[in-house]
Amino acid sequence: MNDTTLTRGARWFRALAGDLRADAPVWSGDAQLGAENARFIAVVPDPDNRFPRATDNVVGLEQGWRLARAVREVIDEDARTGSTGARRPIVAIVDVKSQAYGYREEMLGIHLACAAAVDAYASARAAGHPVIALIVGPAMSGAFLAHGYQANRIVALDAPGTMVHAMGKEAAARVTRRTVEELDALGETIVPMSYSMASFAKLGLLDELIEGVDADAPDDAQIDRVRQVLIDSVRSAREGSRDLSRRLTSGAARKTRAASIEVRQRLAEQWDAV
Amino acid sequence: MNTGATPPTPLLRESFIELSARDRARALLDAGTFRELLGPFDRIESPWLPMQGIVCQADDGAVIARGTIDGEPAVVAAIESAFQGGSIGEVSGSKIAAALELALRDCERGRIVRPVVLFETGGVRLQEANLGLAVIAEIQAAIVALRRHVPVVGVIAGMVGCFGGMSLAAALCSYLVVTKQGRLGMNGPEVIEQEAGIDELDASDRRRVWQLIGGEQRAATGLADTLTEDDSSAVREAVRHAFAQGVPSAHRSEQVDTYLARLAQIDPATVTPESMRAVFGSQARNPSKEDA
Repeated sequence: MNDTTLTRGARWFRALAGDLRADAPVWSGDAQLGAENARFIAVVPDPDNRFPRATDNVVGLEQGWRLARAVREVIDEDARTGSTGARRPIVAIVDVKSQAYGYREEMLGIHLACAAAVDAYASARAAGHPVIALIVGPAMSGAFLAHGYQANRIVALDAPGTMVHAMGKEAAARVTRRTVEELDALGETIVPMSYSMASFAKLGLLDELIEGVDADAPDDAQIDRVRQVLIDSVRSAREGSRDLSRRLTSGAARKTRAASIEVRQRLAEQWDAV
Repeated sequence: MNTGATPPTPLLRESFIELSARDRARALLDAGTFRELLGPFDRIESPWLPMQGIVCQADDGAVIARGTIDGEPAVVAAIESAFQGGSIGEVSGSKIAAALELALRDCERGRIVRPVVLFETGGVRLQEANLGLAVIAEIQAAIVALRRHVPVVGVIAGMVGCFGGMSLAAALCSYLVVTKQGRLGMNGPEVIEQEAGIDELDASDRRRVWQLIGGEQRAATGLADTLTEDDSSAVREAVRHAFAQGVPSAHRSEQVDTYLARLAQIDPATVTPESMRAVFGSQARNPSKEDA
């Protein structure tokens, strides 16, 4: 783990899945997780990518479609081996700065490429694969939608640099006509606007915040702890439902997402005409 | 021979774009069947906007209506662009997600409900940031689950268009109906100019932007299915036609090999919206064998 040029996503892929042969910008491969094999997937920088706006650890056209291919490979292989075996867990290692912003990206349908990844992860979940998102860096906006947000379980390192958000802080400040300082202050009272992982945990969307792990240079004990969290998450996902309804059931969700819950209850009451 | 006044030709075109979300939903449902759920009188508003000194709207900018389409039970989720640019907040997004989840429940019980989503949105409402993003993930999950049972039909009529995380939701739909005035993209032109510089895209160059993400181009390249006039009855016909086609054998977002092969044929250095049509155009709706 001495290679300081690795991004966090690449580093954690190596730590958990080993030195598999994988091609940038999407690393994908199987490795042992507890008593079984699991598929690990990460988006990594690709300096030679044909699309110049998608050379960093961002989700662009090729990233979106290749994420979809990596996930569908697992679905198809396990479907072929029959319904007797347990479906392989899929671990999305999340370290994505953003979607790719570019003229060619829009032209060639980056929205569809990202949707393809959403579709694949959601389909894997529906087919009974435990899908776990492990957030080790930024999990931003459309990139997180494409790589992680369809998971049965979401866990995150509580470390500097991990965050979930809809827009980078500077851009959000510009768009909402506020200063970055004002935005930070707002985040303290308005939980969904906060950029801290601890605040994100209050929304009921996070299943575990893993404390005390060095995200950039984890030691073996720390890696083992993260691996154990993944094993527990896989077990928990298999015991739970295949949809996302769990996100509204925690104590945190009942408090912070009361409106989401009320909308569902009242819409259900009015659904069929009386 | 009748030499009297010629019978009145039905020139009574009604602009769909000029309608509010509520009237758009009404226009798509069979006459007299519109019934709104969680309407303004239910007053479920954003809990987050008042904390920031922003005035709420009693429907939070999303209209959910039940009724029938061609006599079949249906639900329309229509986004109102006049409120906060159609942005998705916790309540407006949850209304759409919940409507799709209830349609799914009915479908799983053998009662098919036809779902239509009218996209008119810039994406996440930044004042509700992470909850907007979360509900968009829930909307996407519901679309993927639902479209196994029944086509999910999306409409992008304009003038706001469909951007951000909701552009992914649109791409997950079984069929997309667009007008020339509808735009579909993940990142709006202003965002691209801001993030990548004016050399990448000059957002004020309207012609270039329309050629890039406008409804006509999206339909010509298979990223949308039907291009219609801005006319209520034309949009209604397109939606009815989409449902009549049934669930596609492979949804666009499932056609991984097809699209990876198309991308491989593209030279990023020279590709233009016009030259892209040759690769994405003619067989856009014919999935390859591997994908089907």
